Amino acid sequence: MLNIDSLQKGIVIDHIQAGTSMQIYDLLGLEEMDCCVAVIKNARSSKYGRKDIIKIEGDVKLDLEILGFIDHNITIDIIDDGKIIEKKKLVLPETVKNVIKCKNPRCITTIEEGIDQIFRLCDEKNHRYRCIYCEQEYKPE
Amino acid sequence: MKHLIDPLDLSVEEIDDLLDLASDIAANREKYAHVCDGKKLATLFYEPSTRTRLSFEAAMLNMGGSVLGFASADSSSASKGESVADTIRVISCYADICAMRHPKEGAPLRASHYSGIPVINAGDGGHQHPTQTLTDLMTIRRRKGRLHDLTIGLCGDLKFGRTVHSLIKSLSRYENIRFVLISPDELRVPGYIIEETLKRKGIPYKEVVDLEQVMPELDILYMTRVQRERFFNEADYVRLKDSYILTMSKLRDAKPDMAILHPLPRVNEIALDVDNDPRAAYFEQVQNGVYVRMALMIRLLGVKVC
Repeated sequence: MLNIDSLQKGIVIDHIQAGTSMQIYDLLGLEEMDCCVAVIKNARSSKYGRKDIIKIEGDVKLDLEILGFIDHNITIDIIDDGKIIEKKKLVLPETVKNVIKCKNPRCITTIEEGIDQIFRLCDEKNHRYRCIYCEQEYKPE
Repeated sequence: MKHLIDPLDLSVEEIDDLLDLASDIAANREKYAHVCDGKKLATLFYEPSTRTRLSFEAAMLNMGGSVLGFASADSSSASKGESVADTIRVISCYADICAMRHPKEGAPLRASHYSGIPVINAGDGGHQHPTQTLTDLMTIRRRKGRLHDLTIGLCGDLKFGRTVHSLIKSLSRYENIRFVLISPDELRVPGYIIEETLKRKGIPYKEVVDLEQVMPELDILYMTRVQRERFFNEADYVRLKDSYILTMSKLRDAKPDMAILHPLPRVNEIALDVDNDPRAAYFEQVQNGVYVRMALMIRLLGVKVC
């Protein structure tokens, strides 16, 4: 088992679906940050078999809302003084910007330069999102 | 700044206000002949549409304003690759209000994010056509005297017809509305309209294939065209096409005060002799369309009416 030092202060993003941690790394803009970040892939998980984990060291401000859209099984622990001081509950964000693309060929997003791809939550129970421009529902591959 | 992109951008109260104003315009046209003196409407039509564009232009001219614009993408800067966002920023310097039709869905919404003037969606692809919805609502209200306690039959192509979807969403906000959805299986109302509007709001509806069977129940019959190109095979089209042609014999059991609406253009889905029946309201719809567009521009421009 690979060991990564436990955090004194920071954020642990756990129970990430195995293989998707780099997508989250990109979405959260961790590339741009100069803090210490550990990405652990394919860690053993009693619940899921395999999982990914991201540990971010320091007093960092991140918009974690998007994680609710990516994978609602993800857990987030806020660490201070070596202890978990908060477990953040993920909720589905009201809007998702520039994370997914509209697949409707009739949508203005297919031709307009510089347009943001924005989806709005239309059905919380069934996790359904629609493009704000053409209202086509987003369906994952 | 207020725009009209989706029919649901307007509250029920705002719709009632617009329809009241439109009715007053219909009764007192002279009163409104100069309320838009000096105002300019830009009609940005990236695809041809004779009726809607002329209706907007007539509406502005009726109020003393003037119009400018283009009637196809070929004659606009879009043909040079200009974005909608840039075009509307430029047009905002020339006009006081604009009506936009675009083949791409969501183009008017995009325009509204960058516009310095009110944007009216005059049809975006197969998506929304809110001024047609206002026209339909005005016609229903003028014929029936109300927008509540009605059984609305929608007939024909309920899958691709944007006017049908907008009308269902708009009427669903009124009390005691019931829908009868009459179409071939291939052209039924999309599941998301059923789930997210009708079922969510607990609005009674039924889906049927046969028009004549439900005719006696209807207060409103909204006809649309069943187009050959919507079918996967020719045999199904041939089998079904006549079922959705409204004739005098099919009206035999209809209520005497039922109103027949159609967004036009009609091809053959309403027989010509139905035009003479007092229940035919589709040419009134065209006239109402001008009044309701006048009312809408008055409100969006914030002009004072004495």
